[in-house]
Amino acid sequence: MKSGSNLEKVLAAGHFAVTGELGPPRGNNVEEVRHKAAFLKGIVDSVNITDNQTAVVRMASWAACKLLIDEGLEPNYQMVCRDRNRIALQSDILGASALGIKNVLCLSGDHQRFGDHPEGKNVYDLDSIQLIDTFRKMRDEKTFLNGKELDGAPGIFIGAAANPFADPFAWRVVRMGKKIAAGADFIQTQCIYNMPKFREFVKMAVDQGLTEKCALLAGITPLKSVGMAKYMAKFVPGMDVPEEHIKRLQGVDKKEQGNEGIKIAIEMIQEIRETMPGVKGVHVMAIEWEHRAKEIVEGAGLLPRPVV
Amino acid sequence: MRLQYPTNIKIIQLPCSGRVDILHILKSFEDGADGVYVAGCMEGDCHFLTGNLKARRKVNYVKTVLAALGVEPERVEMFNMSSAEGPRFAQVAREFTAKIKELGPSPVKQAKAA
Amino acid sequence: MIVGDSKPLEEILEMIQGKEKVLVLGCRGCVTVCNVGGEKEVGILATLLRIARKKAGLAPSIEERTLERQCDPEYIEELAEVAEGYDAIISIACGVGPQFMSERFPKVPVYPGINTTFIGGALEHGVWGERCQSCGNCLVHNFGGLCPIARCSKSLMNGPCGGSANKKCEISPDVDCIWHLIVEKMDAMGRLKELERVWPVKNWITSRDGGPRKRVREDLKQ
Repeated sequence: MKSGSNLEKVLAAGHFAVTGELGPPRGNNVEEVRHKAAFLKGIVDSVNITDNQTAVVRMASWAACKLLIDEGLEPNYQMVCRDRNRIALQSDILGASALGIKNVLCLSGDHQRFGDHPEGKNVYDLDSIQLIDTFRKMRDEKTFLNGKELDGAPGIFIGAAANPFADPFAWRVVRMGKKIAAGADFIQTQCIYNMPKFREFVKMAVDQGLTEKCALLAGITPLKSVGMAKYMAKFVPGMDVPEEHIKRLQGVDKKEQGNEGIKIAIEMIQEIRETMPGVKGVHVMAIEWEHRAKEIVEGAGLLPRPVV
Repeated sequence: MRLQYPTNIKIIQLPCSGRVDILHILKSFEDGADGVYVAGCMEGDCHFLTGNLKARRKVNYVKTVLAALGVEPERVEMFNMSSAEGPRFAQVAREFTAKIKELGPSPVKQAKAA
Repeated sequence: MIVGDSKPLEEILEMIQGKEKVLVLGCRGCVTVCNVGGEKEVGILATLLRIARKKAGLAPSIEERTLERQCDPEYIEELAEVAEGYDAIISIACGVGPQFMSERFPKVPVYPGINTTFIGGALEHGVWGERCQSCGNCLVHNFGGLCPIARCSKSLMNGPCGGSANKKCEISPDVDCIWHLIVEKMDAMGRLKELERVWPVKNWITSRDGGPRKRVREDLKQ
């Protein structure tokens, strides 16, 4: 075991993994974190805690991770390269590990021009792949990036993201391969809506032997409404929402659109699980909809979660 | 055609409106002109293809800098007309003169006199 | 070349408020080429300032001059006799100009008339694009001749990130995703395989991060 995290154990035992996501509050509202966490307890194997997602300032990811640990959940500490140089990144993973955090997801991070402080200066000392490599080195070689020995190495399960729907498509699997070569133990993908394209992506990954080396978790985000679907299709770079999903949501009563979105999510999980053996689990991102995560996981027949 | 147009207009001939320089226009204002307009050929009819389009962009630039100085940007304009349109030339001359009269003397000149 | 943008007139007028005799100082280097600080632009800015002065009923004592370069002391020296006769000098060279001027003529207030924006080139007449951020360790040959440091919004060495869509960067549809172009270019050159390497972390010591830089050429030094 590299980290002994629940996620690592679930995957090692051959179970179809389920991870969730929680966005920390825009303040120090601890109750909000606990409230959202309660909806995910027992529903997912690990919860990604976002790191100032979309470059909007929120409670520090590591702190929210610690709150989850205290509530009996397992966090997955998301870290972006936007806000920290190599000194802070290494320091933070040591601190996180000291607090009992065992999973980390290495990301480049959304550019700050999207966020609530667009005038800020970014860092990008490392990119996400170099960050993965740095953490692998800290864990396996027990040294810092500079080669100096660590006084206690972090036992962490290292994750990375992949977006099968960003361009150039053919390069996406190669880039995921680079992340795996750098040391990623698991990959969580961007929200999937275009199943044929995702199937093609998975096939390429299987053909290149990548799914043997690393656990691939498929990203699922339920569409809450026609409006959300259209917004994601149009304004979120690297998001591919096919017209058929929008039409299906439009086909039901407005009040029913959320339920229909959940139905679509469940069907997608089932399809992935049944027809794509290269995929080892799902990452359910019920953004600001944590209370409905259970319906999705339960509906997909993935409850109760295995105790390993 | 013996068309009348206001005598206060001083015509500066150029081979093409595209030859108009931002400095030509600005110097006119510096030297006391109350208004400046560029008369170029009809859009699409430039003998040098885009001279009149470039002139319009320069006029627009001058409008922005005049505004930044607190001088009415309406004091500079671009008009398109064909060389066969004598009556239109005279009409534009009258209309622009009337508009400048309405705006009054250039604030640049006024200050100089004061 | 070093590319710049004129400062707003309002800002320049504010700078020289109360300064009677003013020199607008151009440079025949980069800023002439990018049409922001050459003789022509000196003429335009000086004329505008004179118009503003006349409008305010003030004496329009705005003079014009353009040096061969403002980044070489020998050309700045040309002003030795006259510099102190001005109440203000507006340098419309890149950021080097006002600094060299201030260093040479400490008694004269020198103001920057342009904002220095980037190191780049002309994409077409009137349009310039950034190409270099002077990291001090050029690697472009590894990326099909396209710089990921200067031209990727996140300076990724192992791109493109998940925000790349339709060849454009996530920050704006006006910004190319340079990594998309790098992948295309390397593919076209039959060198795509080279990009499969995990590029190690960059040494930023040679960049601005290592502190202000200075270059000494012993063979040229007097």
